[in-house]
Amino acid sequence: MEEIILEARNISKNFHDPVEVKVLSEIVLRVNKGEFASITGKSGCGKSTLLYILSTMDTDYDGELFIDGELMNGKSEAALARVRNGKIGFVFQFHYLLNEFSVLQNVMLPGLKLGQFSPNEVAQRAITKLNMLGIGALAQRKASQLSGGEKQRVAIARAMINDPCIIMGDEPTGNLDKKNGEVVFDIFRRLAHEYRQTLLIVTHDQEFASRTDRIIQMEDGKIICKPDQF
Amino acid sequence: MKLAISIARSLLQARWRQTLVAAIGVTFSVGMFVALLGFMEGLNGMLDSLFLNRTPHIRLYNELKPADIQPVMLKPAYRAGHHFIHSIKSKDSKSEIRNSAAIMEALRQDGRVAGIAPKVTMEVFFNEGPSDIAAAVNGIDVLQEDALFHFSDYVQSGDPSNLEKVPNSIILGKALAERLLTNIGERVQLITPEGAQFSLKVVALWQSGIQDFDRIQSFTSLATARKLSGKTGNYVTDIQIRLMNMEDAPALAKFYGQQFNTSAQDVQTVSAEFETGSFIRSLISYVVGVTLLTVSGFGIYNILNMMIYEKMDTIAILKATGFSGRDVRRIFTIMALSIGAFGGLAGLLLGGLLSAGIDQVPFRTSSLPTISTYPVSYEPFIYITGAVFSLLFTWLAGWLPSRKAGTIDPVIIIRGK
Repeated sequence: MEEIILEARNISKNFHDPVEVKVLSEIVLRVNKGEFASITGKSGCGKSTLLYILSTMDTDYDGELFIDGELMNGKSEAALARVRNGKIGFVFQFHYLLNEFSVLQNVMLPGLKLGQFSPNEVAQRAITKLNMLGIGALAQRKASQLSGGEKQRVAIARAMINDPCIIMGDEPTGNLDKKNGEVVFDIFRRLAHEYRQTLLIVTHDQEFASRTDRIIQMEDGKIICKPDQF
Repeated sequence: MKLAISIARSLLQARWRQTLVAAIGVTFSVGMFVALLGFMEGLNGMLDSLFLNRTPHIRLYNELKPADIQPVMLKPAYRAGHHFIHSIKSKDSKSEIRNSAAIMEALRQDGRVAGIAPKVTMEVFFNEGPSDIAAAVNGIDVLQEDALFHFSDYVQSGDPSNLEKVPNSIILGKALAERLLTNIGERVQLITPEGAQFSLKVVALWQSGIQDFDRIQSFTSLATARKLSGKTGNYVTDIQIRLMNMEDAPALAKFYGQQFNTSAQDVQTVSAEFETGSFIRSLISYVVGVTLLTVSGFGIYNILNMMIYEKMDTIAILKATGFSGRDVRRIFTIMALSIGAFGGLAGLLLGGLLSAGIDQVPFRTSSLPTISTYPVSYEPFIYITGAVFSLLFTWLAGWLPSRKAGTIDPVIIIRGK
């Protein structure tokens, strides 16, 4: 029996402005622990919209969402923030590092917020993660002094700091050149295979998607190709 | 909380120039607020003390008036009827307080009383060549009068304690002395209402600052005054009471009046117009201070708003990685409050320095003999009010921007990239 990390039941979403448009209709999706899945599809098919609903940041939808077996519907904004803090890691197309802080502080920030470990332990864990991604030497640099590929790796380290149930990515390689994109992909694969880290990555890059363990193909707000649907 | 503070600090440091400008705005307005209020309160204090320092909180005296209960009312035969009595005169012509020694003893035992000073007042005529000048003679206990009403502060020249040492001595109001063409060391002639003539030696000159007062007031020792009025022993016409707490005066005046069977007058009744003046001056300075703080509040509002637009990304990622709207709001509130706290602290310092500066400016006026520089109050409550107001106003200024920051939807920001 596989452990289900993320489950979406009949999730639909409409945009109301300027006219009623159905962006997602009746999405049913499960992601198991340790899975390296990608959501792919053409621009405008609703894949990012789906990801933001699954990430609890967008709460304007119909249907039910379970993360780690817990129902997300009806939770307060603060409670959802706690879920994102402890159980979800994010990697976006843009790195979103805080330029005022050092690399280490950027990685530590969600860990300090969670407050499960003392600041010293969080720092220790952050350094471990950075070393794991091969950028331990950059820990004391300011975020603004890094290259694009390095920044994205720091963002991945930040996503991992609280050992989340799932890491979600929205076009994490979209802003990177071929070489750096490759580095990031390898990191994801290593996380999935060596550390059994669950990953759900939205990408329009078919090549990237084809190398993941599971491809969720979307079109016009629906999941169309479900080769390994349970 | 610690995390929120450290994030707030980094955000402020990244924009330290604007932060500094906003903080200087607060500093300036709090400084002006404190200096203005200190100056106003100082002036108020001076003007009040012109009057209040020399006015007893309660004055016990015996007003000459017809008896409330006339003999006819006491006679059982006429008790039922209505009495018409014409031309009532007061029979007792003495304004002496009866049993004054016992009253004073009782007052000394009373914990609510800070001190008492007995007084003998009378009207006399001073002779200056062919003309007679009417004036009042106050027989006082110089030591008590000095302790309670700062008597010596108003003595312009000469030594007031000579009143007790030199027999048959007198202190004249400065304007009165000028009218009598006398000076310290010379003698003045006076005639009492009873027709007795005395010669007294001038030992000092007194100036209250109120010209009309100075023209008709003079002081002698209690013993001399009793001699002038032909009385002996414990003759006292007024008992002046200074209370621990001035606010109690109206209630206590009523109480003492009944208990000692005398007339009693409280300071609030006498000084109502002084209170109104002080109140309005304070009100004006508060309004000006609050206006200044409001202006600096807009400065803070501006910088926070600007910072929110600049730091949209930061807010979005904070929210994405698990900071709730409340946490973000708190970060921005801390930013506003720290501008208020540091700006306000510097403002208190600036206000203190400004006050000290004003305190050095010479200010001499003949009617205020004890004042040589502008009066400034350093009351702690002014500084506490300044501190509280600076925090309150910066908090208000930060309230809307923080709320806005708290409600930013991270999805819109992140997807917009």
